Amino acid sequence: MDDVAVGTLLASTLRVSTPLILCALAGCFSERSGVIDLGLEGKMLLTAFTAGTAAAAFGSLLLAMALALAVGVALSMLHGYACVSHRGDQVVMGMAITMTAAGLTVVLGIAWFHQGGQTPALPDAVRLAPWFSAPAHWLSDAPVGLKALALAVLGHNGLVYVALLLVPVVWWVLARTRFGLRLRAAGENPAMVDAAGVSVQALRYAALALNGVLCALAGCYLVLAQNPSFIPHMTAGRGYMALAAMIFGKWQPVGAFFACLLFGFLDASAIRLQGAPLPLVGAVPVQAIQALPYVMTVVLLAGFIGRARAPKALGVPYAK
Amino acid sequence: MSSGRELPRWLDLVVLPLFNLALALLVCGVVVLVIGLDPLQVLALLVKGAFGSRIGFSYTLYYATTFVFTGLAVAVAFHGGLFNIGGEGQAMLGGIGTALVALGLADTWPAWLVLPTMVLAAALFGMAWAAVPAALQAWRGSHVVITTIMFNFIASAFLSWLLINVLKEPGNMTVESRSFGPAAHVPGVHEVLAALGIEWPRSPLNLSVLLAAASAIVVYLLVWRTRPGYMLRAVGFAPEAARYAGIRPRAQVMFSMLLSGALAGLVGINEVAGVHGRLLLDYVVGAGFAGIAVSLIGRNHPVGIVLASLLFGALYQGGAELAFEISGFSRDMVFTLQGLIVLFSGAMAQVAAPTLARSWFALERRFAARAAHG
Repeated sequence: MDDVAVGTLLASTLRVSTPLILCALAGCFSERSGVIDLGLEGKMLLTAFTAGTAAAAFGSLLLAMALALAVGVALSMLHGYACVSHRGDQVVMGMAITMTAAGLTVVLGIAWFHQGGQTPALPDAVRLAPWFSAPAHWLSDAPVGLKALALAVLGHNGLVYVALLLVPVVWWVLARTRFGLRLRAAGENPAMVDAAGVSVQALRYAALALNGVLCALAGCYLVLAQNPSFIPHMTAGRGYMALAAMIFGKWQPVGAFFACLLFGFLDASAIRLQGAPLPLVGAVPVQAIQALPYVMTVVLLAGFIGRARAPKALGVPYAK
Repeated sequence: MSSGRELPRWLDLVVLPLFNLALALLVCGVVVLVIGLDPLQVLALLVKGAFGSRIGFSYTLYYATTFVFTGLAVAVAFHGGLFNIGGEGQAMLGGIGTALVALGLADTWPAWLVLPTMVLAAALFGMAWAAVPAALQAWRGSHVVITTIMFNFIASAFLSWLLINVLKEPGNMTVESRSFGPAAHVPGVHEVLAALGIEWPRSPLNLSVLLAAASAIVVYLLVWRTRPGYMLRAVGFAPEAARYAGIRPRAQVMFSMLLSGALAGLVGINEVAGVHGRLLLDYVVGAGFAGIAVSLIGRNHPVGIVLASLLFGALYQGGAELAFEISGFSRDMVFTLQGLIVLFSGAMAQVAAPTLARSWFALERRFAARAAHG
């Protein structure tokens, strides 16, 4: 492979990983506070639909993103209402969100746009523009490694950089702030948080609100950057893959980030590797590469490569 | 229950599911209004599509067959204290088992031998796919919810690899296996009735419906009327007490998940052998997830599950008819309703039930007061 190929492969890895990173960070917030989120997929799908619909209807990028964020937070509040306030089953709630979103987006999409559930192709004005485009002469006469690097990291849209920036931010919030300490404590030992006079419910609601915002950013990315319009079921399991990445990263933002990059890299290279023989193993079917993230997550959960320890109070509703 | 008092059984088992169903229907009604249709007209057309004709009713029963399998699968795991989200993948594997037997044996073996072998293979393949998450849960403590989700994706990749690289006939553009021999064909209900001299319109409804009915009865007897079933429910209800009573929880995890996987695997008989007569990519299409809704609204009991399956079968069939009759209406409305049912009768069960309980006890007090005065 020459360095142009390496650069484009890395660039597409980054593009594919971005929604995973945003969703995995969303998962980190809610799960570290003690709330299982199997609804990442549904939240991403419904916010993507909101962004696509609003962009098509109002022609405003800002409004599209604002509405998507509002829907994301609203879904998370519903999640909190059922699971935090009323102690409903968190796993079931996630399934409910994902199933409802999968149906509702198609119903509304078909009724409103008459294109089999798609929104019309969105004009450039409402799409996220590339940032930091590399000057042309860099790409022609830059030294070898630099050219690949420039191709890989420059010229992405804003949300890619936002996602990259959010990784240290979320790490800092969770690991180094008082809010983060309390949030993690709510996921490990809520009774202690309560005894210290801090509301477990408020912490979990706050975590879910942040979770909604991050899911909405992932949804926006799918519609306003990665694809030209909303397509039914366009999340295609990315929410679950982000969940797997978060578990693979042992519920840590930085670990989840690297897992997302790894899964994104597998995804981006699956197409390129199709039929091509690899050293040692020969030609690998593309389906095997697609299944690899899930297999790796199961192996990790089984405790064969290190131990993934979930927050202790994960999935346990807190009753005062 | 917050009041510590129990609702009368009929209220808990009949009124509460209907109440939750009504809430879900209400929200769907609002969505129908939003897209500019008349909810009552939609409902009338839906009922007519599902029950209004013999062929419509046959389709309703055909869909219900699949839901009985996946609904029972969820319920059995639930009684063992586990949440099996892997019905989707286990059903795919069941289809693969069905297809491998059909492709390998149907040309040489007679039907009376092929059909039971297929049923066995479907159950065993589904069982095998549930066995790994079950064993990891039992011995390694890996959360079965997460591992079964992962196994759904792995199953889907496996199915597509198997079809594209192994089973697809060269020259065929569609991703599907070759047609099974006639010995692997599960007779359609219309064929059986025709043989008995009764005329019945042609539909995908096949004898798997009897297998579904038998499964419901077997699950009832096994889980509620036998010692293994009692131990299974004991572990699900009070794991510590069960362990103290000498029940080995690991064996119970394996038992309930294997039974659950076998039931989900039987979907393959209905869809692959009963309808398509070949292995396809998407014969499961959400049936595993529908099973969650079916089991929740059916209160995890075989009788409730059969009724809920009929309801969902009717919704699928009626929804298909509706999409045909009203332009701009999508069958996905049914999936929305399904999600809302999971929301109201599952996740929000703690929201509706106390409200119902409060109003019931208030009513009871009122009657008691009146009787005292009267």
